Amino acid sequence: MSKGVLVDVTRCIGCKACQTACKQWNDMPSSIPEFDNNLGHPAKTNGYTWTTVYHRVVEKDNQDVIRTTKFQCMHCLDPGCVSACFSRAFQRDPKTGAAVYHPHLCVGCRYCMLACPFNVPKYQWDKVFPLVSKCQFCFDPKGKYDRVGHGQAPACVSTCPTQALMFGEREEMLQEAWNRINSNPNYIKHVYGEKEAGGTAWMYISDVPFEELGLRADVTERPIPQYSHEFLKYTPPVIVAWGGLLSAMYFYTKRRKDVAAEKDKGFKA
Amino acid sequence: MMSAQKWSFRITPVRMLLLLLALLAAAIAVYRLVTGLGSATNLNDEWPWGLWIGFDVLTGVALAGGGYSVALIAHILHIEKFNAIARSAMLTSLLGYLLVMIGLFLDIGQWFNFWRPFVSWGYHSVLFEVFWCVSLYTTVQVLEFGEIATEKVVKPLHKFFAKAMPFLLIVGVLLPTLHQSSLGALYLTQVGKLHPLWWSPYIGLFFLMSSFFVGPAMVTVETSLAGRAYNHWIDTKILRSLQRIGFTVMLMYLALKIFDLTSRDAWQYVFAGGLESNMFILEMAVGVLIPLVIFFTAWGKTRAGLTTAGAMVAIGVIINRMNVVITGMIGYSGAGYAPSWMEWMVTIGLVAGGMLAYCFICDNFRILEHEDEQHKAA
Ligand code: SF4
Ligand code: SF4
Repeated sequence: MSKGVLVDVTRCIGCKACQTACKQWNDMPSSIPEFDNNLGHPAKTNGYTWTTVYHRVVEKDNQDVIRTTKFQCMHCLDPGCVSACFSRAFQRDPKTGAAVYHPHLCVGCRYCMLACPFNVPKYQWDKVFPLVSKCQFCFDPKGKYDRVGHGQAPACVSTCPTQALMFGEREEMLQEAWNRINSNPNYIKHVYGEKEAGGTAWMYISDVPFEELGLRADVTERPIPQYSHEFLKYTPPVIVAWGGLLSAMYFYTKRRKDVAAEKDKGFKA
Repeated sequence: MMSAQKWSFRITPVRMLLLLLALLAAAIAVYRLVTGLGSATNLNDEWPWGLWIGFDVLTGVALAGGGYSVALIAHILHIEKFNAIARSAMLTSLLGYLLVMIGLFLDIGQWFNFWRPFVSWGYHSVLFEVFWCVSLYTTVQVLEFGEIATEKVVKPLHKFFAKAMPFLLIVGVLLPTLHQSSLGALYLTQVGKLHPLWWSPYIGLFFLMSSFFVGPAMVTVETSLAGRAYNHWIDTKILRSLQRIGFTVMLMYLALKIFDLTSRDAWQYVFAGGLESNMFILEMAVGVLIPLVIFFTAWGKTRAGLTTAGAMVAIGVIINRMNVVITGMIGYSGAGYAPSWMEWMVTIGLVAGGMLAYCFICDNFRILEHEDEQHKAA
């Protein structure tokens, strides 16, 4: 059993308290606001911002309405970032379900940024020795920034004034999501994160389509690591078979050449 | 011992230019290491991988593929007529990989941590396979070069190197088979991101096959360059039969492409127009279709024809790798990417440095004229 968070977009008022709480709890620097046309600041997560609230004007029942959506690492059940990292700088904690980044192991190849189906990992481009940066689910094996490891909710969830965020066992959160959907026809009949990328700890329900909120719509339901595994599983047999074949060919063709050379000699003598 | 050696390095205007380019690149490389990636490159959160990964690494490894395809043909299959070109092919490959290592080193953010994956095994990652194979293969190639080098320096060691050659040669074909394909397989995780003209469950196989057939192509181009510079001409017949092996693999590549596009119902994208379609058609025309036509016409029997076909195949593979890294990702990323001038200069300077090293080694070791020595290596 791992933890999960249910984000109910219909309850979010876009106050960004979660974003501030994240910065404060995790000692992240703030920056001068540069509001762009989606009203959010910053428009996307970056090397120093792990979560941000998207503001979108969307059409619903022929009316323009504003919807606001908190976005951060989804903490996949089988995370692409964990499988992509060749130095194990990303590891998933099975108890909490947090996909945690361990800076001291990171080489800085940025393959994790490519491999994440939600484009979550960001990079500190302005630094000489930049690190990858992403939400840690308020889980810190070293203890300093840990909340979820102690059984507490993440800082953002605790701060949310409207209970738009709800923390608990993932299974229970999923159950809650479907309860809400089934008891109110207003919701879209889909829990974003139930199946996306093989399932994620963070899940969303909404009354407008998810792609209009700024969430990626075409995420595969197959966990990303399976795509790599589909290829890597052939490595051991290829080493054995191809290595054996190469050796056999080497010694066979060499012997044939030597025998031919011998024959030539015999002929001349 | 060393004092008895004669070292020579002629300085010509071209070499002067190459030297300047290499020095400029070295200066920029130092600047990048001291100030960070953000100030030297145009990379950002939308474009975590750019020219250095695309050209210096992915393309560099493919173009250096001549080393393993020729080693397989000449030394594993013992087809002796190819011995004449084996050494120069393997040297180009060694230099290519060294440049790839430098390119990679410059591209990683925590460069002092580059050794981490040797001890912290992220074996679930395709990149882990790439990392291990490329490092081991570069080592193997340095050792293989040891066999050549000890003809001239530290001669007593030569017999050890000559003894180890069979093992080195076999491992030296096995490792590239693994990492050439895994470089493509890195993009398997880009499902839904990389444009469907390039994302394919067979992308690893495509990378492997193209790295194999670009080998003979590169060797042809290279021998014609070296032929001019060193007045050392390789028999056209040898080049043609080497290329025949390459073109056979290329036909298989073409067949797999057709099968792949059909099975994924992706032909619509080929003719959809727009940047991706055009780049795909360009890649296939320049790199595969026109060279095939040249090869099977009368012109393909001449040195000029073979060299042209070879050059086109090499350019086609370059376009292919850049398409995967850049063109195919534009649609998803939504933002454009153009390398900074520093990224360009480092890439150009690395190639220039490699060419200089090639000239220096050819001037001083028996790379081009060595037919009599070959029985030892074989
Ligand atoms: S959303 Fe991305 S960064 Fe977060 S766990 Fe999944 S793959 Fe990793
Ligand atoms: S950038 Fe760091 S964390 Fe990401 S894959 Fe590379 S080594 Fe792992």
